[in-house]
Amino acid sequence: MMRNALLFALMAALFVFTGLTQSWNVALTILNMGVISAIMALGVNMQWGYAGLFNIGVMGFAALGGLAVVLVATPPVEGAMAAGGWRILGALAVGVAALVAASLVWRRLPRFRMLAVLSIIVAGFFIFRGIFDPGVAAVEAINPTIQGNLGGFGLPVLLAWPAGGILAALAAWAIGKTALGLRSDYLAIATLGIAEITLAILRNEEWLSRGVKNVIGLPRPVPYEVDLQRSTAFVDWATGFGFDPAAASSIVVKLCYLGLFAVVLALVMLLAELALHSPWGRMMRAIRDNEVAAGAMGKNVKARHLQIFIIGSAVIGIAGAMMTTLDSQLTPSAYQPLRFTFLIWVMVIVGGSGNNWGAMLGGFLIWWLWVMVEPMGASLLHTLTAPLPDGWAKAHLLDGAAHMRLLTMGIILLLVLRFSPRGLIPGR
Amino acid sequence: MDLLNALVAFANFVFVPAVAYGAQLALGALGVTLIYGILRFSNFAHGDTMAFGAMCTILVTWGLQSWGISAGPLPTALLALPVGIAVTALFLMATDRAVYRFYRKTRAAPVILTMASLGVMFVMNGIVRFIIGVEDINFADGARFLIGAREFREATGLDEGLAIRSTQAITVVVAAVAMALLFWFLNRTRTGKSMRAFADNEDLALLSGINPGRVVMVTWLIVAALATTAGVLYGLDKSFKAFTYFQLLLPIFASAVVGGLGSPIGAVAGGFVIAFSEVGVTYAWKKVAGYVMPENLQPDGLAQLLSTDYKIAVSFAILVLVLLFRPTGLFRGKSV
Repeated sequence: MMRNALLFALMAALFVFTGLTQSWNVALTILNMGVISAIMALGVNMQWGYAGLFNIGVMGFAALGGLAVVLVATPPVEGAMAAGGWRILGALAVGVAALVAASLVWRRLPRFRMLAVLSIIVAGFFIFRGIFDPGVAAVEAINPTIQGNLGGFGLPVLLAWPAGGILAALAAWAIGKTALGLRSDYLAIATLGIAEITLAILRNEEWLSRGVKNVIGLPRPVPYEVDLQRSTAFVDWATGFGFDPAAASSIVVKLCYLGLFAVVLALVMLLAELALHSPWGRMMRAIRDNEVAAGAMGKNVKARHLQIFIIGSAVIGIAGAMMTTLDSQLTPSAYQPLRFTFLIWVMVIVGGSGNNWGAMLGGFLIWWLWVMVEPMGASLLHTLTAPLPDGWAKAHLLDGAAHMRLLTMGIILLLVLRFSPRGLIPGR
Repeated sequence: MDLLNALVAFANFVFVPAVAYGAQLALGALGVTLIYGILRFSNFAHGDTMAFGAMCTILVTWGLQSWGISAGPLPTALLALPVGIAVTALFLMATDRAVYRFYRKTRAAPVILTMASLGVMFVMNGIVRFIIGVEDINFADGARFLIGAREFREATGLDEGLAIRSTQAITVVVAAVAMALLFWFLNRTRTGKSMRAFADNEDLALLSGINPGRVVMVTWLIVAALATTAGVLYGLDKSFKAFTYFQLLLPIFASAVVGGLGSPIGAVAGGFVIAFSEVGVTYAWKKVAGYVMPENLQPDGLAQLLSTDYKIAVSFAILVLVLLFRPTGLFRGKSV
């Protein structure tokens, strides 16, 4: 217990150190992303630590959360629904209906079912494309430089967070239905695939997410810095304490975000801890440690796996929505698997799989490292290459500093896995 | 005549590219499937092993080119390939010694090995980016075309041209040679047989005096050869870019799973199944349809089922279908 408190105190000291040596603005920026990373790590920890499920599609679920922000919070685009929105929705309904019909036929039909299913799928696909394509063309033709998409419902942006969780949960349900119950590696491959496909959809379906044109200027749950600087009350308050209003406004905005994120983190943490120590949590760990024995005791292993996979993915989706809210833009091309999937895994493994506090600590610690390794690596290389004459080799080495973080993260992961596989705060 | 034209168009835009791509995927999937069968884990570092091997080969190629050595009409990279394989093999054996051997000794669960392979992937990816950077590198030299489209048109008098790039031809030939060597090795030599025995039943193999250290070492050697060859061929055919190899991971795994994890012949079949579906589904069939279909039935659109951006969705869809209906793959691998 002492040890854990010490670890968290050390973590806090790192952030205070950053604040003192660099600036509080930087420290808060890192801390805000740290909270989001901690929530994602909690989601992965539920899947891996409680149940031993190997999900390497974190990026996809986070991106679905980001999509939810666009769909919930942006105002609807004028006339988009009339131009082609209903066609698109109708087409999607036809597609889903075809899939449902195919699966019903597969289950009910005594013979020729392969043929029947194939013809339903093929016919469904062509009807889908027939309805879908004109709708898409019509929607994307509306004011393409700043709109060209359906927009969203124009609801408060905070509603997007649970919505992101629901979107991610739906995707997790579809994946879990197919890949759970097979060998563990298959789930890994399937999640890797669904993450890539989700991103491919976000990058290409302009009617949905504007693709690589990005959705910018998403509504924020906190005031804008400019508005704060214009408000006389705020400027008076800041100068009263002897702060520069411009710097103070940006710190206040970050603190507001931090407050919102901290509430979510506390809620997720509370629920996760309650669940882990409930009879349900004991059952999950029993299943993780010995599936056969748990099955023999009458536990439905596959259903429980599906359940925890959906819950964990939903938590990741919520965190993804929070991240997009923080950036106040959705940039599909910014999602990289190394950053969004494998980094989260490093957090969970380093922090301690199976332990919520460990995953949280790992989230903060590794995110801080991830941000700090690059300048540290650059200065290290500068020192090392200082005696070298200027030229190609030196320039090349200095350029390489940007890639140091991948190397560092990989080595950290391998070292922890090898020498301290239970992590900083081991699970019980 | 129209039918011939349609056939040529089909060969030019679908058959030839798909065969070359399929050969590259098959080589990659063979590596994955060998590691799965003998070392018993899914190696997520395989894509980056391919990138690493290709990088070594490119560096040697540059060295050869600067000394003025070339292979005539063939790309210089083929001369550099053995060196690339040797360096990659040394690197993989060092990785095995430093990382995987410990988990094998402690008989850790396969998923732990898989996770360690993620760490290795990170490290390899970092090394590749550090050494060669992230830019697009085109290192193919020598003759561009085996058959040019214009020569083909002039020789046959057809409207459609058939172009076969020399890199495509080389891919197919090299891949065929590599696969023939591999199957000869696995089925005819003593070491190959002991590897298959080890894959079938580890305990029985150990009892009958097979040296596990040797089997593991030979496996990494073969994997290095396969991965480097696949990486270099892919790089010659398209171009070398550090992170495209990571994205090859999904089609490669799909190929291995479709064929049946652990089955070499399945990996080859799976590679071609995936390649032909990817190219077939994302090709705009309008041209071919224009030749075969009567005037009034012709499609007005491009007749493209999915845009090329969704290539990855095709391998994924096939993977899901296989998982749903035949989880052991076409050739009854040892999964589930």
